[in-house]
Amino acid sequence: MEKAININRPSSADGMSRIDGRLKVTGAAKYSAEYAVEGLTYGVLVGSAIAKGSIAAFDIKTAERAPGVLFVVTYLNAPKVPGFQPDQKGVRAQLKVFNDDKIFYNGQPIALVIADTYERALYGASLVKATYNKEEHQTNLTENFGKGYPPRGDGLYKRGTEDAWKSAPIKLEQEYMVPTNTHNPMELHAIIARWDADDKITVWDKTQGVKATQHDISQLFNIPLENVQVNSRFVGGAFGSALRTWPHEIVAILGAKAVKKPVKLVLSRADMFTSVGYRPHTWQKIGIGATADGKLTGITHQAYGQTSPYENFTEGAVNVSQSLYACPNVNTKYNLVALNVGTPTWMRGPGEATGAFALESALDELSYVLSIDPVELRLRNYAETDPENGKPFSSKYLKEAYQLGADHIGWNDRKQQPGTVKKDGWFVGYGIGCGMFGAYRSGATVKATMKADGTLHLQSAVSDIGPGTGTAMVLIAAEQMGMPADKISFENGASDLPQAPTQGGSATTASVGSAVHQACVELKDKIQKLTGNSGTDNPDYAQILKQHDLPLLEVTAKSTGGEGRDKYSMNSWSVHFVKVLVNGSTGVVKIDKVASVADCGTIISPKTARSQIVGGAIGGIGMALMEEAVIDHRYGRYINNNYADYHVPVNADIPQIDALFVNKPDPILNPMGAKGMAEIALVGMAAAVANAVYNATGKRVRELPITPDKVIA
Amino acid sequence: MKQFQYVQPATQQAVLEVINKPGTKIIAGGTNLVDLMKRGVTAPDKLVDINHLPLKHITSTPKGLYIGALALNSVVSENKLVAEKQPLLAMALKSGASPQLRNMASVGGNMMQRTRCGYFYDTAMPCNKRVPGSGCGAYEGVNRMHAIFGASSQCIAVHPSDMCVALAALDAVVIIAGKKGEHRVPFTEFHRLPGDHPETDNNLPFGELIVGVEIPNNNLQKNSYYLKVRDRQSYAFALVSVAAALDIENGIIQNARLAMGGVAHKPWRLFDAEKLLIGKKASEESFQQAAQLAMQGAKAYGHNSFKLKLAPASITEALKHAAGLV
Repeated sequence: MEKAININRPSSADGMSRIDGRLKVTGAAKYSAEYAVEGLTYGVLVGSAIAKGSIAAFDIKTAERAPGVLFVVTYLNAPKVPGFQPDQKGVRAQLKVFNDDKIFYNGQPIALVIADTYERALYGASLVKATYNKEEHQTNLTENFGKGYPPRGDGLYKRGTEDAWKSAPIKLEQEYMVPTNTHNPMELHAIIARWDADDKITVWDKTQGVKATQHDISQLFNIPLENVQVNSRFVGGAFGSALRTWPHEIVAILGAKAVKKPVKLVLSRADMFTSVGYRPHTWQKIGIGATADGKLTGITHQAYGQTSPYENFTEGAVNVSQSLYACPNVNTKYNLVALNVGTPTWMRGPGEATGAFALESALDELSYVLSIDPVELRLRNYAETDPENGKPFSSKYLKEAYQLGADHIGWNDRKQQPGTVKKDGWFVGYGIGCGMFGAYRSGATVKATMKADGTLHLQSAVSDIGPGTGTAMVLIAAEQMGMPADKISFENGASDLPQAPTQGGSATTASVGSAVHQACVELKDKIQKLTGNSGTDNPDYAQILKQHDLPLLEVTAKSTGGEGRDKYSMNSWSVHFVKVLVNGSTGVVKIDKVASVADCGTIISPKTARSQIVGGAIGGIGMALMEEAVIDHRYGRYINNNYADYHVPVNADIPQIDALFVNKPDPILNPMGAKGMAEIALVGMAAAVANAVYNATGKRVRELPITPDKVIA
Repeated sequence: MKQFQYVQPATQQAVLEVINKPGTKIIAGGTNLVDLMKRGVTAPDKLVDINHLPLKHITSTPKGLYIGALALNSVVSENKLVAEKQPLLAMALKSGASPQLRNMASVGGNMMQRTRCGYFYDTAMPCNKRVPGSGCGAYEGVNRMHAIFGASSQCIAVHPSDMCVALAALDAVVIIAGKKGEHRVPFTEFHRLPGDHPETDNNLPFGELIVGVEIPNNNLQKNSYYLKVRDRQSYAFALVSVAAALDIENGIIQNARLAMGGVAHKPWRLFDAEKLLIGKKASEESFQQAAQLAMQGAKAYGHNSFKLKLAPASITEALKHAAGLV
């Protein structure tokens, strides 16, 4: 099994297809908005048209009289949210939606129109008029650095000498910009909220964590945890946007209370830009210094990221500079700037992706100053132990990854001198970018039931937002139990199932997978006690249950996780190699070839693992070449809040992407030897593209996205 | 969206009877109109469905190629007669929208589509095209996609079509039916510049119907090219596009057609640059001269300044492709 895996066109030889693939492609998979709840009504949000101030008055009379409209909810008539009241403790900072007249950002929900059909609610929403007391707003990050503040402590990190890069023989300092990126999963965020009693509620809700959503609703509405049922059986992509409870979920629950009927609220695509977070616009500056032979002597990495006026959102933008390379002197500074925007949230690869764009671009720039091959420069600064804390890595096979990727992309064809290779009138260039992300594991519980017919049923509350979690869990159980995967089922995405962490931070397989592993171990123990022998390779479980006259056998196993973190630094690693073609006249960049290599431990499910890597690479291409949510700062309002104008890559933008895996087990993190891969699939990719564009043309673009206008500028 | 009446008059004559009243809108493919209705940009009382009218045919006539107004963009782009006689049109169509949209969109609807300016679509923003007198949000706003030719202080929006750029270049004629019969309008005069009335996109008389377009025969088949420069390779509007067609004999340009998209409120035909090319050698140098001439009068508004560089580069690039120099 410890053989490197390279999949470009998956086939049956690459293992099982995803267990819910058929359900998804036939439309049988039911998403949150698709439940035919009896007596359903439909809600549409009205957003604020100003970015700061307060609501002076509402005119909702016309809307109320419109055909089919049942109720117009505003802060003036909304049921109170107990968790928003001043005496509440333990409720996180958040937008207190429909609680008062305050406006913090343009597009903030100010009313919910509920009608008997969606179309009538939509029309009703267009008739809601508000007048405002307008105040001066700020949405421009680069004009507001003066208002920056550290999110906690002094926001500073220092190892060795501060600003050591300044006294290095070879040095450079540059600024890098990552604009606001929106997650924009295909599935719009949606919730159906139904009050079953005054203190009992059921929601069908798009969420990456049904248990977290259950907890939030319980706290906010002051109802017992067990009286909150959250269902999220299928999630059509999220990338982080469903990692927390958002205002629209609270609004739908309030609406259902107001009309005493179930309310369905599906966000519009425009709402998706203002309601469910985004990757925050972040400015960075890196100073980097090295000896003439390419040994790093100092890195200084500063970042200013935007957040909302009512909540701090922090992420690891500067963290990669602390750990990716062996460098004795590193200091970082991270500041937030509160603007009149909604709160950002984690978006795939979160801060690490933002930080890696800056660091991996700076390293590339340094390689040209030094005239050292970028791969070689990385090897000369390879960290054998974590430079941040001196701990050994639980596993790190990044050198192997470099080799696999360089061989695969044809790195030897790269010329160090930019702008020297042309093919059919297009400049050709190669780039590299590396990624890292902490390998985490948290506690999880799994119930495993062996039925009389010899089939195994696994249950966990965990969401499956698309990576193939269920598929991986089935494969882990199949291997442990020595039984065929098609006799194993996996049930998930409901809050009355056993405890699981929110799906995020690339930690699901390590966390829930360990619980599946543990459940199988305990189940085998039980069976062994029945049979009195240590079992065979392919036990006939149906026969064993029959012999002992058992209708079923079940265990509920808990995996704690997190051991070893005191002794080891645990991370997943990636390296992306990109070959681009650039038109020198029009500035158009075409990705010609991608080889993304991941060191994420043992590969449990090769096909879905490949999908993860390919999806991450595509996300990285979007981040590099086209994604940018644009605000007109005069109004503080997005102007490209739709799929036509906010560009994500389409098939025509995507070449063959090869996913390669080092596939060596991590001996520490969990019994399967697996580490996470969702984040590292994207972290470093944008820099790889930018670096390839530079190699092709000699044009260094430090402000994403790399659109044609910037290439010909 | 506002509730509306939906009618499907049986004949063209019956359609003309109905559309003569305010508050009516014709619906064909609906690929743009339905979006406009959902966003509250337009709110018709009555939708007049014309999809069943016999206006889908593509035929060869003594004068040229006739394409019915209801022919689908996808059908036209793959039609043999079109490929043979007007390959530039096929190429332009294939670069527009996405296969799904082209399968719904009609030729007449493509001509009638409205600008994709973000201020036009957001009812919370000022826009003279949507609400005359409310101001132009783009003029001092985010105008990266906007016009560099023929704009006014009232409106700097661009027409989003690719098909129309090719039709403008190819001297097409629009055939319009009214109660008094049919009349013909040169394609280059169908769309208009914003001036003081940006709310009016084109010169289609109120109450009348586009029934088809006709493209006169030409000798431009061998050397034509549609270049679309955009932020992604499909389903993106043009930053700049160029329709270029040449008739070259022994390396000398006998005839030339040039038009640009993404630069003006209408497809921007480059008559002077065409004239300059006639009699010249089909070379990069000639093409650069033409491109330079084409840029006379160009004006940028901030975010779209790059178009002053991108447009001439694209003209040269498109002509090189058309001439087979790439």
